[in-house]
Amino acid sequence: MWGNCLKGKIAPMLQRGASTATADAGLAKSLRRRWRFGEKAIEGWIFLNGLLAIVVLLGVLVLLLREGLPIFAHTPPWEFFFGTRWYPISEPPTFGVMPFFVATLWVTLVATAVAIPVGVGCAAYLAEVAPTKVRETVKPIIELLAGIPSVVMGFIGLMLLSPLVQSMFNLNTGLSGLTAAIMLSMMSLPIIVTVSEDALRAVPDDFRKASYALGATRWETIRHVCIPGALSGIAAAVMLGVGRAIGETMTVLMVAGGALAVPYSPTEPMMPMTAAIASGIGNAVRGGLQYQALFAIGLILFVMTLSVNLIADRVLERQKRKFAR
Amino acid sequence: MHPKVRIAVSGPGSGAGIAALINGTTDICQASRKIKAKEIDQAKANGVSPYEITVALDALPVVVHPQNPISELTFAQLSGIYTNQITNWKEVGGSDAPIVALARDTNSGTHVFFKEHVVQMKGLSTEDKSLEYGPKVLLLPSTEGGATEVAKNPYAIFYPGLGYVTDEVKPLGIKKTADDPAVLPSLETALDGSYPIARPLLYYTNGEPTGVTKAFIDYCLSPEGQQKVTDVGYVPLE
Repeated sequence: MWGNCLKGKIAPMLQRGASTATADAGLAKSLRRRWRFGEKAIEGWIFLNGLLAIVVLLGVLVLLLREGLPIFAHTPPWEFFFGTRWYPISEPPTFGVMPFFVATLWVTLVATAVAIPVGVGCAAYLAEVAPTKVRETVKPIIELLAGIPSVVMGFIGLMLLSPLVQSMFNLNTGLSGLTAAIMLSMMSLPIIVTVSEDALRAVPDDFRKASYALGATRWETIRHVCIPGALSGIAAAVMLGVGRAIGETMTVLMVAGGALAVPYSPTEPMMPMTAAIASGIGNAVRGGLQYQALFAIGLILFVMTLSVNLIADRVLERQKRKFAR
Repeated sequence: MHPKVRIAVSGPGSGAGIAALINGTTDICQASRKIKAKEIDQAKANGVSPYEITVALDALPVVVHPQNPISELTFAQLSGIYTNQITNWKEVGGSDAPIVALARDTNSGTHVFFKEHVVQMKGLSTEDKSLEYGPKVLLLPSTEGGATEVAKNPYAIFYPGLGYVTDEVKPLGIKKTADDPAVLPSLETALDGSYPIARPLLYYTNGEPTGVTKAFIDYCLSPEGQQKVTDVGYVPLE
C-alpha cells in the first residue's frame, strides 16, 4: 500500500521533470529506474515482514499440534476435555483438564465483569467529561499500568489483596479465583480504557451537538448517544482485555490457589490453564505424556485467545467502517 | 578457586532439575527426592547415566498458624488432611474451623517426597500407594508463598523446609503412629533420626563427576561445605 502511494507521488514528479528538461531525459530515465528498484526492494521487505508474522504464527500452531496431539493416543479426547482428575506424575497418570478449563472461564468472566464498568466508565469520563489537561495527565498514567510486570501484580495480590478478599468474603483462604480475577481486571484495564476512549472520541461531534440541541443532558448524551455510537469499539476493547486475561500466567499462578478440584464458585482456590502449564512444564520430560498433555492445554488456550482476538478484530473493523467518510 | 567457572542456578523443583539432566541441558542438578526408575530409563534412552551424591539432610517441618491450638499430628492424621478426608480442625482435636491444606506443585521434589512418605504413609502398616493429594489441596509454585500464607491464615497447614520455620508459624510435633512420642523438628532430632519426616538432599550428575563438577561436589562434602549446610538451615551429613 505504502509502495503504491509512493509510486503515485514520485512517478508524476519525475515525468514532469523529464518533460521540462529534455536534455536530462537520460538522467531522468535512470533515476526513474533506480526509484523503481528501491521501491521494489522496500515492497519486498515489507512483504517479507508480513510473511514472517504469518510463518511464526503457523509455526507455533504446528508445534502445538505436533507436541500436543499425541496425548490423545493415551487419553481419548473425551476423557481429556471432560476428565476431572489431573495426576500427571502418578502411576498410572491421568489427564483431565476440566478443572483448569472451568477455572479459566471463572477467572476470565469475573475479571471481565469487574473491568467493563470501571474501564468503560473511566473511558467515558476521559473522552467526554474530563478537561484536556486532566485527560493528558491521566491517560498516560493508565497506560503506564500496562507496563507493570505481572509478577509484581502477583506479589501485590499475594500480600495485599488476598487477606482483604479473605476477610471481606469470609473465605477459608484468600488464594482464590476471585483474587486472581481482580488482579487480572486491573491488568486489562489499560487496554479497555485506551481503546474505548479512542472509540468514544471517534464518535462525530455532530451526534453530541444534535443530542444537546434536543435538550439532552450530558449524562443522557453519553448514555444514549456516545456509548451506543462507540459500542463496537468498546466491544473490541473488551475482547482485547479478555484476551489478556485468558493468557495471563504469573499472576494467576501466584494468587489463584492452585487447587485441582473443579471450582463451583469463583471464591474457591483454582488453577487456570495457564497456571497448570507453568507449574507443570518444568518437570515434564520432553516427549513424555505430561509434556504432551501440557502442549494440548496450550493448544486449547491458543484456540481460545485466537478466536477472541479475531472477534475483536472483526468488531474493530466494523467500528472503523461505521464512521468512515 | 575456579574464577572462570560460572554456575547458573535455576529451576522450580527436583522434577524440573532431573528433567533438565535427562534432556541434557544441565551438568548437575539438585533434588530433594530420589530419581524414579522411570526417569532413569528416560535418561538412559537419552544417553545420560544419572549418578547420585547425598550432600545433606533435610527435616520437613509441618507448620500451622501460631493461633492454631493443635500441637501434634500423626502420619495418619496428616494423610487424612492431605487427601481431604479430614476437612475440619476439630476432627484432629482442634477448634471447629476448616482446614486449608497447602502443598507444593508437581515440579517440587518435596511434593513427591511428602506424597510417598506422609500421604501414602510409606513404611507404616497403614501404607496405601493409591492415596493421592486431594483435589482441594492448594498446589503452590513456591515454598515462600506457602510459608507466607500460613503466617497470615489461621486455617492453613503447610510443609516448608527447616529454614522457613520462624516466629510467624508454629511447627507441629509429629508422631509416626498414635503410640509413638511426638517429635518437634530441629537440627538435633533430624540428626539423631528421631524426627520422622526427614529426607536426603541429593545431587545428580551425568556419570561420576569429573573436573570442576567434582571439585564442586568435593567442596560441598568438605567440613567447610557442611558448615554452610548448617548455616542455611539444613542438616549436615554427620
